[in-house]
Amino acid sequence: MRSLGAILKLRRGRKGPDGRRKMHLTDWLAYGYLAIGIVVMFGPVLWLVASSFKTPAGLLEFPPTALPYAQTTVPVEGYDEPLPLFDVTFEDGTERRMAQVRRIGIEAQMVDPDAPGEPITVNIDQREQVRELRLAWENYVDPLQRFNFLTYLRNSVVVTVVATIVTLIANSMAAFGLSKYKFRGRNAVFLLIIGTLMIPLSVILVPVYLVITEVGWVNNLWGVIIPGAATPTGVFLLRQYMLTIPDQLLDAGRIDGASEWRLYWQIVLPLSAPAMAVLAIFSVMWRWNDFLWPLIVLTRSELFTLQVGLNAFQGELNVQWHYVLAMTVLTLLPITMVFAFLQRFITTGIASSGVKQ
Amino acid sequence: MTQSARRLLAALLAALTLAAGAAFAQTELRMTWYDDGSESEVMSELVERFEAENPDIDVVIDVVPYSSGILESLPLQLASGQGPDIARVTDLGGLQEYFLDLRPYLDDPAYWDANFGPFHDWMRADGSDAIPGFMTQLTVTGPYVNATLFEQAGVEMPGEGATWEDWAEATNEVAEATGVFAMAMDRTGHRLAGPAISMGAQYFDENGDPIVTDDGFRRMAELMVDWHADGTMIPDVWIGSQGSYVAGNEQFVNGQVALYMSGSWQIGQFTELIGDAFDWKAVPNPCGPDGTCTGMPGGAALVGIADTDHPEEVARLMDFLAQEEQLGEFYGRTLFIPGHLGLAESGVDFDADLPATQEALSQFAAEVPKLADAAYALQGYQYNRVVFDATRDRLTQVFVGELTLDEAIDRMQRDIEEQIAEAQ
Amino acid sequence: MNRSAAPAPRPRRYTPGRAAFGVFAVVMTVIGWVIEPIQRLIGVRRMPWVFLLPNLAIFGVFILFPMVMNFYYAFTGGTALYPLERPFVGTQNFEQIYACGNYLNPATCNEDLFWRAVWNSFTFVAFHVAGLVFFALITALVLNARIVARGFFRSVYFYPVLLSPVVVGLIWKWILQRDGVLNGILVSLGFDRTLFLLNADWSMFWIIVVTIWANMGFHTLILLAGLQSIPKELYDAGSIDGTGPLQSFWHITLPLLMPNVVVVLVLAMIRAVQMFDLVYVLTGGGPGSATLLMVQYIYEVGFASQIQRFGLAASASVTLGVVLLIITLIQLRLTRGSESHLA
Repeated sequence: MRSLGAILKLRRGRKGPDGRRKMHLTDWLAYGYLAIGIVVMFGPVLWLVASSFKTPAGLLEFPPTALPYAQTTVPVEGYDEPLPLFDVTFEDGTERRMAQVRRIGIEAQMVDPDAPGEPITVNIDQREQVRELRLAWENYVDPLQRFNFLTYLRNSVVVTVVATIVTLIANSMAAFGLSKYKFRGRNAVFLLIIGTLMIPLSVILVPVYLVITEVGWVNNLWGVIIPGAATPTGVFLLRQYMLTIPDQLLDAGRIDGASEWRLYWQIVLPLSAPAMAVLAIFSVMWRWNDFLWPLIVLTRSELFTLQVGLNAFQGELNVQWHYVLAMTVLTLLPITMVFAFLQRFITTGIASSGVKQ
Repeated sequence: MTQSARRLLAALLAALTLAAGAAFAQTELRMTWYDDGSESEVMSELVERFEAENPDIDVVIDVVPYSSGILESLPLQLASGQGPDIARVTDLGGLQEYFLDLRPYLDDPAYWDANFGPFHDWMRADGSDAIPGFMTQLTVTGPYVNATLFEQAGVEMPGEGATWEDWAEATNEVAEATGVFAMAMDRTGHRLAGPAISMGAQYFDENGDPIVTDDGFRRMAELMVDWHADGTMIPDVWIGSQGSYVAGNEQFVNGQVALYMSGSWQIGQFTELIGDAFDWKAVPNPCGPDGTCTGMPGGAALVGIADTDHPEEVARLMDFLAQEEQLGEFYGRTLFIPGHLGLAESGVDFDADLPATQEALSQFAAEVPKLADAAYALQGYQYNRVVFDATRDRLTQVFVGELTLDEAIDRMQRDIEEQIAEAQ
Repeated sequence: MNRSAAPAPRPRRYTPGRAAFGVFAVVMTVIGWVIEPIQRLIGVRRMPWVFLLPNLAIFGVFILFPMVMNFYYAFTGGTALYPLERPFVGTQNFEQIYACGNYLNPATCNEDLFWRAVWNSFTFVAFHVAGLVFFALITALVLNARIVARGFFRSVYFYPVLLSPVVVGLIWKWILQRDGVLNGILVSLGFDRTLFLLNADWSMFWIIVVTIWANMGFHTLILLAGLQSIPKELYDAGSIDGTGPLQSFWHITLPLLMPNVVVVLVLAMIRAVQMFDLVYVLTGGGPGSATLLMVQYIYEVGFASQIQRFGLAASASVTLGVVLLIITLIQLRLTRGSESHLA
């Protein structure tokens, strides 16, 4: 296999005769495509983030605003609560900024915020809200005060980390067994694993839950960690990669007297690092985003993962969207940060192992 | 593989041992709860007061999402004996086999019978005298109107005794004048049932088996089909989904509909989200041709679970919460219609300043005595969700042209019969 | 891709930090104290089973056994949870699903929703896979061109892969609904509002677009890896012959990329047949049953209804399993060529 760096160098080396790159039509098209790509791929996520700072009323507005606005309110002498500000256009065409005391039907009573006297009555069509940019931090703060965010975070991290380690070890051992030995039953085992590659968990939810109850892992993080650890995808991915590692290396090791176990962890595992990295990131993604299964297995809030705990705002008759959106952003943050730090590692890892599938 | 990972593993082990160890010190009760607003906050304050009086009991409230947690996972957990000690549920009929009878553990069962008696029939088998729990809220379905839109359009609002057709006509005029939609109804067979019963639907045949083939149901179904075909109903609510509940509250809050068929539970949310941005009010349930004008009762109950290891402690907590002092505060702060007859009579001091809120609360309270027997029968039926879901999903298929109304009613009936046959 | 006999040197950045590696080595050595005696006991020939043991144990208990149980469920009725409490009903569940006047017209079928789901799934899978491969290929070609900040753009296209399906469904629901941002943009440009999620065709269109959006990044990287492994000399030879870029794409790039395209095709197809959460959140299967897919049907019948019909759901999932098995066999057949030279 050619190393990725060499390929990149090769590509980058393709320059014009004067040593500088020339922009061709295809280059312009390519950059155009990439520019659209940024908007299309990032835009929706940025929209989510912006929306999560809107007030419940702001979320329902049409046309929606890109930035979170909220109505400006001012404290007015003689009134306990701050009053909302409006720009009022009078019949004679003059415009004044006034605070609304109350609205009755299609009329509103307004006062001058600086000199509150007798309220004047205005038709509601004559007034327009005065708005200011305001981040609704309470969407984040309120839920975090009510729920034990740190507990959920710890559970999510424990599940994700432990499950990923278990997955990596179990899958790589199996892949090693399937790719580096010839033994009777090998094809049968492999076919069995491949055959179940496709069955989604949501289809066998009930039987798996019964097994968990028999094992006694209800309300136990192991009940969330273990069932998904024997991923057929992982075994498949790693096996395909390990097939490319020459057997001569192992034979040489055996001649030196290394045990099979040492061949596995000292030779094959390090050589499979790119594929392991891919499986690791997939495992992290799966576990971090897992929702339905933890919800069924865990009923105690001290064991809830983030995805379970932060979805509590979906009621029977009412979904508190402003909280749901804010909490969604919160669950995105850690995985985005991990990705931002490791993106190079992850994307090149997939690129160099994906080819072997 | 790093040090922090090992620390986390240690934390995990510690958490597991702690969970096991806590059980010895105190009796721990687990309450599975869901939130429509922030009622878990009120409940946890009440529970804290209980814990102060009963230091030997530790109560933990686990808040889960409603549909995936309460509706889908909880039945599985109960069926396998892994449920909590107490749960807030809405499927009062379907889950009743798992409910704990508190009667033997209560000091004063007469108090419970007197105040919750009628609702207990919803949560126990016919003929049983079990006391499974109490209603955290009683709900009544009924329409809200945007009075400001009516005023702007200069349309007179139909009064008491107006039919659904009258309302459709009036709201259509409003819609025309103001550029909004005439009506919206939550996407559920439960909301549909009130109007359908007003139209004469019985939902049961003489043997007590559920049916949707009578003329009354058909009349309402036809109206719904027409209203969706001619744009009276905002399409987003019913047409937008296949297998799930959808509320039309956003459209109403937005001022996009003149009339919104929902229920008493919206009051709190409307107080907060609409406030006085426009005049919203609850109006009496419109009538059918023979003068029946009913909504549907409903609600959620807090029940003990029979599998609990601590039935006595469960009963102690439930009895504490069910007392007028606690329950009155709970209803008052959550703006829920009281499911406690004493409190319903004496009135609850609702925590609301807005006149619209107070008016809406008393309007819904006034609807309670008008509820039809058939509405109570359907609400008390063990498998009513099967009926609600079948009517909802099949009717939607008519709206989008996948089935004719005849085929749809045929299939609703078959869905209901097949599923109930499976359960027996 | 194994052209040289000796293994290529691994770039150093793949190895975890030195300290972590130390921990790893210690742990592995300790496990070795258990496993090495076993090897002396049973001999090298039986060692592969030792390596397979942890995975097979988990796999057997938590995947295979439940699947067998599920298969048994398919032949039982009632609502009892435990298999032994369920009455055996023979092939009744299958008969219920397959009783149909004309399979192409679900309205004539006993379980019309199942067949609607089947045909919806066919449409969805066909367009999703075609669209996914098309856009992944274009993106890979663009990323393989002479561009600056390639790593950055690679991440841009990969980022949505990290999002949970539920979140993706939620985001796009907000974008597409009546008062969503897309309609906001359309209205400000002078177009009419379109009710994207209330029209059967638009809904199908959008679930295809959104699922492509969410999954494209991963497949792009697989194709990109294939493109980068095509020797540049081939193109140089081509340019001497005077072939244009389009011809060189058809005659050089595409044939050499074929193994990767097959991988993408098969993986995308499996994922498409399994599609559930994202569509469930985005359209709920609606309007009507226009975007009801097979897994959602199974989920609703067996799990989300008040009366959970495990038997019917299981027989539908056995059907799904057979479909997936056929896809798998096709995959194995298609990839056999490349696999044999790998092995």
